[in-house]
Amino acid sequence: MDVLLDNLNQFLTRFGGTIGLFVLSAIASLVLGVLLAALRVSPVPAMRAVGTGYVTLLRNTPLTLVLFFFALGFPRIFFDLPFFVLAVIGLSLYTAAFVCETVRGGISTVPEGQAEAARALGLAFLPTLTLVVLPQAVRTVVPPLTSVQIALLKNTTVAAGFSVFEAGGFYRAVNEQGGSTLVALLWVALGFVILVVPLTVLQRRLEKRWSVAR
Amino acid sequence: MSAPTAVLFDVPGPRARARNAVAGVVTLAVVAALVVFIIVRLAVTGQFDADVWEWVLYENVQLALLDGLWNTLRAFASGAVLALVFGAVFALGRLSDHAWLRRIATFVVEAFRAVPLVVLMFIFYYGMPSIGVTVTTYAAVVLGLTLYNGSVLAEVFRAGVLAVPRGQSEAAYALGLRKSGVMRFVLLPQGVRSMLPSIVSQLVVLLKDSALGFLILYPELLFQAQFLGSNAALNSPLIPVAMVVAVIYIALCLMLSALASWLERRTRRSPTAIAVAAERPDDA
Repeated sequence: MDVLLDNLNQFLTRFGGTIGLFVLSAIASLVLGVLLAALRVSPVPAMRAVGTGYVTLLRNTPLTLVLFFFALGFPRIFFDLPFFVLAVIGLSLYTAAFVCETVRGGISTVPEGQAEAARALGLAFLPTLTLVVLPQAVRTVVPPLTSVQIALLKNTTVAAGFSVFEAGGFYRAVNEQGGSTLVALLWVALGFVILVVPLTVLQRRLEKRWSVAR
Repeated sequence: MSAPTAVLFDVPGPRARARNAVAGVVTLAVVAALVVFIIVRLAVTGQFDADVWEWVLYENVQLALLDGLWNTLRAFASGAVLALVFGAVFALGRLSDHAWLRRIATFVVEAFRAVPLVVLMFIFYYGMPSIGVTVTTYAAVVLGLTLYNGSVLAEVFRAGVLAVPRGQSEAAYALGLRKSGVMRFVLLPQGVRSMLPSIVSQLVVLLKDSALGFLILYPELLFQAQFLGSNAALNSPLIPVAMVVAVIYIALCLMLSALASWLERRTRRSPTAIAVAAERPDDA
């Protein structure tokens, strides 16, 4: 308990950093992921190829490698940015591939008749997608999207390996004060459980409530 | 093109075809511009100069990279085997008829899934020494991979067994098989078969996660990349080495992913396999 109370300020600041990183990356990855999913179902073959290529590449790259490039490579090739911004970019690019696959999976669960009926009414590609298919797809997509975002929340710790602002780096601060590293890390683990469990409960509830829709 | 998305738009007529062609050209142009921009930046910052690629010729560097590859594969192989065992044991625990066993297994699986893998590895590597237990980086990486991916696999196995139609186990009990026999001869073979694609894609995740060993200085590929990349005698070729390492990592993962999708296609084609609503663990 002492380890936590003596460093409470540090602990809270760092979890604040984690949450900030998570919220920004979550928003960016959702936007980018939905755009990619739109590319992957579009009538233009080149767009589909770009979407597929991006998703295949990013899903088969370790996140550590992505952040390695952004932390150490990006400043050498382009220009200097604060690591927080680089971490947001890296996490968003990586997570967007998973968001894209989830959204695309949701689109394919909408019965064909729905899209056919929309087509029969004379709606074009975009209105079919935005007025008929997507509103229905959202119901099936939100629970798995929550899992993707939970994974993102846990993945923010990878950034801790490259910098210090984040919860995963809490043990270093404690260690410098001569406190027990193990206890510090167990507190961080508990902190994550406290953050993740409500999201998991929310996800289960959404799944139960919305799965009866069809 | 899969069937469901094909109905989103009509077969394009002449005007739509022209519009699509324009959109296609614009897309390709944007992507090409992006790629060219990156290549130009790489060239301008001297990443293609001969002196930062000289390391390719040195035997010691080649051996160091091979060593990194071996360490990555070693951690992956032991992590994969142990995670499969862990997953099987805790899936059985979660499916047990005894409530206390079920509760313990559920708690363990949920706990290890909620804690980030990096934190698990940090606990083993940085935390354990403060109570007098020293853990090698290799053991910390393998333990972390086992506990986290094993917990996810436990859920996959459980979902597979639960997806086997009820009639199968009822028929097996009617034939006089006991609980263990029903599980071993009837439920597991069918459940594992239907879950094989998900299991292999979880192994892809495990392979990707082995790169986290870099953060606790386990000498895998990324670690070698940084080690060689900061070597002034080789002109600090960080980006060239990282490019090579990235290609190796991505190639390894792509091969495993290809195996997963081949298995999935085969399962879908098979008339006797149980159709499981592709419950792929999308946890990154």
